[in-house]
Amino acid sequence: MTPPYRYLEDIATADVAFEAWGPTREETFLAAADATLNTMVADTESVAPRERREISVAADALDLLLFEFLQELVYHKDAGRLLLRVRDLRIEESGGKFRLLAQGWGEPIDCGRHPVLADVKAVTLHRLAVEPTPSGWRAVVVLDV
Amino acid sequence: MPIPKDIVRIAETDWEIPVTHKPGMRVPARIFATLSLLEKFDDGVFEQITNVATLPGIVGQACCMPDGHWGYGFPIGGLAAMDPEEGVISPGGIGFDINCGMRLCLTNLTFDEVKPRLREMVDRLAGRIPAGVGAEGTVRISRDEFREVVERGAPWAVRRGFGWREDLDRTEEGGCLAGADASKVSEKAVDRGYRQIGTLGSGNHYLEIQVARAENVIDRETAESFGIVLPDQVVVMFHCGSRGFGHQVATDYLRIFLGAMRTRYGIHVPDRELACAPFRSPEGQDYFAAMKCAVNMSFANRQVILHRVREVFSEVFGRDPKDLGMRQVYDVAHNTAKLERHVFGGETRELLVHRKGATRAFGPGMAGIPDDCRETGQPVILGGSMETGSYLLAGVRTAGRTFFTTAHGSGRAMSRTAARKRYRGRQLQEQMEERGIYVRTASWAGLAEEAGPAYKNIDDVVEATERAGLSRRVVKLLPVGNVKG
Repeated sequence: MTPPYRYLEDIATADVAFEAWGPTREETFLAAADATLNTMVADTESVAPRERREISVAADALDLLLFEFLQELVYHKDAGRLLLRVRDLRIEESGGKFRLLAQGWGEPIDCGRHPVLADVKAVTLHRLAVEPTPSGWRAVVVLDV
Repeated sequence: MPIPKDIVRIAETDWEIPVTHKPGMRVPARIFATLSLLEKFDDGVFEQITNVATLPGIVGQACCMPDGHWGYGFPIGGLAAMDPEEGVISPGGIGFDINCGMRLCLTNLTFDEVKPRLREMVDRLAGRIPAGVGAEGTVRISRDEFREVVERGAPWAVRRGFGWREDLDRTEEGGCLAGADASKVSEKAVDRGYRQIGTLGSGNHYLEIQVARAENVIDRETAESFGIVLPDQVVVMFHCGSRGFGHQVATDYLRIFLGAMRTRYGIHVPDRELACAPFRSPEGQDYFAAMKCAVNMSFANRQVILHRVREVFSEVFGRDPKDLGMRQVYDVAHNTAKLERHVFGGETRELLVHRKGATRAFGPGMAGIPDDCRETGQPVILGGSMETGSYLLAGVRTAGRTFFTTAHGSGRAMSRTAARKRYRGRQLQEQMEERGIYVRTASWAGLAEEAGPAYKNIDDVVEATERAGLSRRVVKLLPVGNVKG
């Protein structure tokens, strides 16, 4: 199955840019999480769900919510050397504020089983976008690697 | 993107975009490049450097170095000096990898002596200096001690036995920026960093064994004063930064500045990555103190890596590192903001100099460089692509208009994604080995991203800095062994 994201060649020469999409905001965010993981490891399926991390972030705009969410995944990559795939993602909206709850499942990096690619340093705000499309939602993210 | 129509060539290598180019520009933007480099600049540079020119308190001009390329907020190769009283500090003007930088170490070995042991050395270096995604170092310390590391920098490492006292004299700022305050960094930043001391990272971070061939010595006298005295002398160069710690510090304050900028300070910027706060504001001062912690973490990181390099050479050759002449030439920082004193508008003023993918290059006689470099100017280390070589340069007196700043490397010419489609890591490794460069990598795809043609020609970049009077060539160094992060 083709993953619901693609890497973009034409922006941010030294970094990694991607576009992710889905029928809902939640699925678009999940696609962006996989695209971020896939920047660090060649095969996202190689990451086994051995450990769980609760993810809870808030922001006052949807694109900043994506920034905070992906930044959590980058944090766990260094803090616990954890590669995480995300499940059960929920976005709540009230009074112009957004909140995201999700579960990250994964395992510590094992270079033998996880062919590593680039170390993601940070999620940037450069061209960051989350927007509706005729068929759902799309997000554009530039990662500093 | 075409070169802006209103760009004015004011000297052979000086190109100015006037303040009338777009609304909000407070100063002109100045690009330092030869015509052929300028024509190859990518889309974002012109837009980004003119955005930088809109920042409150910027003085002189927003500058872009000859290796400039599309970044976020600032272009890579961007330089902006701010009036500390009126101006702002911007994490986007420093980058996420705070104090990413270069260090160069000598040996008194010739290539003929190293060649038979080259593979063994590269393999051992790759084993001793962890690299790649989420790599952890071999220095085990507590979170509390890590807070001491980030306040004290490279001197902490030397006190712990990682290196020599004289290394500190050969490091920008003596390896420690005063005023670092660990209470200004988040727990998350500490979580990400405290196990990463002594690690290389990934992406464009690397460690190289290089050779100074006699025909590549451009200024013999200066080369000798920097310690390059033998034909085919072997040196070690590496490039790395503040790792997850610095990345988290930058991210934390980007978030804080984004919130405070408009609501509290009424500042509007054309790109959110230029989020900033007045330098003298509480947020600005907190970030400055936290950024200094990341600067110091990076100096400590490179200090530990230097120690590991000396250990490996010492083991392989069965000789003491001092006996092997493993003196440090210099350590330069790329991504920083520092208060420096410069002559501007006819008077000496303190300025907050943001350098993002740009190198301080102090000229002869300036304060803040080693005593034995007073005649030559500061050593400047420019890393090229892993296939084409790197340079040791010297600072010059004529670089005042860039506040004594020069380029930092080749600068990318091709995106990582495009390079990965065009090159294959394993094949590239074999081709490089045929040409006498032995490479070990943590990532095949990562290796492909760093293929030589993905970068601008380092010779062109260095020549442009020399013609612009920003730095001068001393010796070109060719890679023979590479550990790629």
